Amino acid sequence: MTLAAIDRRSFLRVTAIAGGGMMIAAYIDPVTGLFAQGRQGGPPAPALVPNAFIRIAPDGKVTIIGKNPEIGQGIKTTLPMIIADELDVDWASVTVEQGDLDAKYGGQSAGGSTAIPTNWTPMRQIGAGARQMLMAAAAAQWSVPESELTTASGRVMHAASKRSAGYGELAAKAAALTPPDPATLKLKDPKDFKIIGQRTKAVDVDSIVTGKPLYGLDINLPGQLYAVYEKCPVFGGKATAANLDHIKTLPGVKHAFIIDGTEQLAGLVGGVAIVADSWWLAQSARQQLKVTWNEGKAATDSTEAFNAKAAELAPTLPATAGRSDGDVDAALKGAAQVVEAAYAYPFLNHAQIEPMNATAKFADGKMEIWAGTQTPAGARNTVAMTLSLQPTDINIHMVRIGGAFGRRLYNEQIVEAAAIAKQVGGVPVQLRWTRADDMTHDQFRPAGYHNLKAGVDASGKIVGWRNHFITFTANGTSATGSSGMGGGEFPGGWIPNFAFYQSMIPFGVPTGAMRAPGSNAIAFVIQSFIDELAHAAKKDPLQFRLDLLAMPAVTPTPPPAAAAPAAGAPGAPGPGRGGGAPAQGFDSARMRGVLELVRDKSGWGTRKLPAGTGMGVAFHFSHRGYFAEVAEVSVDAQKRVKVNKVWVAGDIGSQIINPLHAESQVHGSVIDGMSHLMSFEITIANGRAVQKSLDEHVPLRMRQAPREIETHFLTTNNPPTGLGEPALPPVLPAVANAIFAATGTRVRTLPLAKLGFRWA
Amino acid sequence: MKVDFTVNGKAVSVDVPPDMPLLWILRDNLNLKGTKFGCGEGQCGACTVHLRGRAVRSCQVEAKTVAGATVTTIEGLSPTGNHPLQVAWREVDVPECGYCQAGQIMAAAALLSTNDKPSDSDIDTAMSGNICRCGTYLRIREGIKRAAKVTAPTTGR
Repeated sequence: MTLAAIDRRSFLRVTAIAGGGMMIAAYIDPVTGLFAQGRQGGPPAPALVPNAFIRIAPDGKVTIIGKNPEIGQGIKTTLPMIIADELDVDWASVTVEQGDLDAKYGGQSAGGSTAIPTNWTPMRQIGAGARQMLMAAAAAQWSVPESELTTASGRVMHAASKRSAGYGELAAKAAALTPPDPATLKLKDPKDFKIIGQRTKAVDVDSIVTGKPLYGLDINLPGQLYAVYEKCPVFGGKATAANLDHIKTLPGVKHAFIIDGTEQLAGLVGGVAIVADSWWLAQSARQQLKVTWNEGKAATDSTEAFNAKAAELAPTLPATAGRSDGDVDAALKGAAQVVEAAYAYPFLNHAQIEPMNATAKFADGKMEIWAGTQTPAGARNTVAMTLSLQPTDINIHMVRIGGAFGRRLYNEQIVEAAAIAKQVGGVPVQLRWTRADDMTHDQFRPAGYHNLKAGVDASGKIVGWRNHFITFTANGTSATGSSGMGGGEFPGGWIPNFAFYQSMIPFGVPTGAMRAPGSNAIAFVIQSFIDELAHAAKKDPLQFRLDLLAMPAVTPTPPPAAAAPAAGAPGAPGPGRGGGAPAQGFDSARMRGVLELVRDKSGWGTRKLPAGTGMGVAFHFSHRGYFAEVAEVSVDAQKRVKVNKVWVAGDIGSQIINPLHAESQVHGSVIDGMSHLMSFEITIANGRAVQKSLDEHVPLRMRQAPREIETHFLTTNNPPTGLGEPALPPVLPAVANAIFAATGTRVRTLPLAKLGFRWA
Repeated sequence: MKVDFTVNGKAVSVDVPPDMPLLWILRDNLNLKGTKFGCGEGQCGACTVHLRGRAVRSCQVEAKTVAGATVTTIEGLSPTGNHPLQVAWREVDVPECGYCQAGQIMAAAALLSTNDKPSDSDIDTAMSGNICRCGTYLRIREGIKRAAKVTAPTTGR
């Protein structure tokens, strides 16, 4: 992967720091560089700005900045590991600090599993650049050629003269040198990595296990007040009146006011704020709050109505296909076996354990914010636009985040806290949502419906495939947040006669991205239906998939000009074989590699299983990662499901940077997917979310988790990519397919609990 | 109402509404932020502390019931932060986001205080009130077993 945005002349900057140390800064803009390859007419590249990543003190103490939001994916450890390895210091000597939102760090976000692919090369160059300057300083000091110098453990050495100096001793001299051109930097041969590839513990683990304040809810500022914010239970509704005079008489209450809000469901929605001396008093006052709501146009939305509308739309294909290759009708007519099935999945809540919260202080025209967010720059922009402030007058302090899963890509809590703090003025205000607030006001993982029909020929090859996908629209023209699907999604591009249609149901429910957006539901549908076809063809489900992946690429038929969606838009065909999010090339050979690996590791087809036990397989490509998974599942006569073991094989490139956290991400993905599968469901009635607590939308508990999750990475000669998401999607269909193998019951709708299943 | 009790070995006195949950007294009145708010409904276990030596969900304990009681939070589990579970949690590197882990450790500590050699099934029972949304369950189990080896007597069993 090339990172075109790096400006060679001004890549590195160095500054002397007090007492003789040095600070290494860099110019990077990795995100633009990454996306520049796959996008046309994308947003203009933001101005390149200097970043301060490394500080070397005169005593040799090294501080490295972790720039990205830490949501449990381990990035506060991973990115500094990359810098430290190329800098050639001992990891034990490094202190990591969290960077606040600051343009000097370049892109700062958590989402799309992008941190590794966008930062791998720049972080290496930053470390290597600093190391080279320290060597140059030593070369000058000792009047020896740089080529005779080596480094290790934070020291520069000259073997011939038996001289050596610590980085701290050289820092002041190095700080006066001109930084190197990154093109001239010699990066380490991967076999020489000392930190990258080592199982490395999280930098915050000690603070976590001793209960140190780290998270947004732990912020405690002098004079801090506390707020609750009551929103209309109907999405997008507004408060027209409230018993504010009464509320203001209640103990501890300092302020109570209506906020009109904007029309943005992921922005400042209308509601009533209560600000008190303590959060408990604010929340107690809220029990007596009486609000008159203008519920707005979403008040008639319901899951029941959506299901009825989806059933009504299903038989009629839209006039134009999102993708159409060959002739599906003719292929199905000639097929030996035709399978037709309707799949559906529900809205989901993110259910991160730290409820949404933010602390804000508005004084002297400046807004100071302390909050966990996956998109700090987005939060600043939303606050600026909503409250008519200059972005430069908004400062965001980044804190460790108690779970995100995509929830904190959206920043309602931050703009709410800022709006309340602005009205209160002068003092910090901490807004805390309750669990019920969090459950009922999410940017929900969208529901969806897939009406599938496909045929296999006498040899067991898929000859035709049609999917009529029914999703949602808020504006009548495009699919709402994270609810679209592309025609390039697998198996588009593999099957010669293939058609993808999309219909949309108008609605007013806020939806958005959830860990592996799109993929987290699509994989369940596609990989379950492929399983149905394998069984119809009387083929081994794993071999059937290998055969499918070996099919030659289909050249996509261009859509009619008038109907052609813009490149990159939902519904646009991928470049030949797309899929993933955003559309990326899908390399069949890499997927076959992980499928073969998981076959071998799981003993697929070689073990005799007891009655009621079955194995299921699935694969999915998303976020540049290739994952194939096998689940072994037992189901008893009472439909109690036990996932005995899950085998995961993944290909995320040439290097696993921190194998310890890579394994954690895989475990977490499997367990997260199992929560989706069994018991996560948000239903809508009268325009509002019905479920209000975790016992109505239950995350997997310890006794339900598999005792074993076996993780294998296939290292391939590809750039390292991210792992927050791609291991999740295959687990749902792997378990569902195993349930079929164990019981003969095909799971076509989620959650399983609705079909009478429960965990053993 | 005025409530006097003992937290982490220190006598404390707070003036709070009688129905105010212990969780918020610890976090907001006493500034002990280690005990976490996850649901306020007794579902997730993030707020687990020891009350009179037993693991409880502090969000479900009202102020009026804690007078005279002894409470231990994650900050007071070990004076040096080196309870065998904390040591094991570091060694195994249990947390992902880490938010639920104080509650997990407090629940596990209550288990080990009465059962120094818990079986997998004992662990399941003791820990099933504590949700880890990141899915660190396999490492939590490993951490408990590792700590149990340290705390369990090595002879006589």
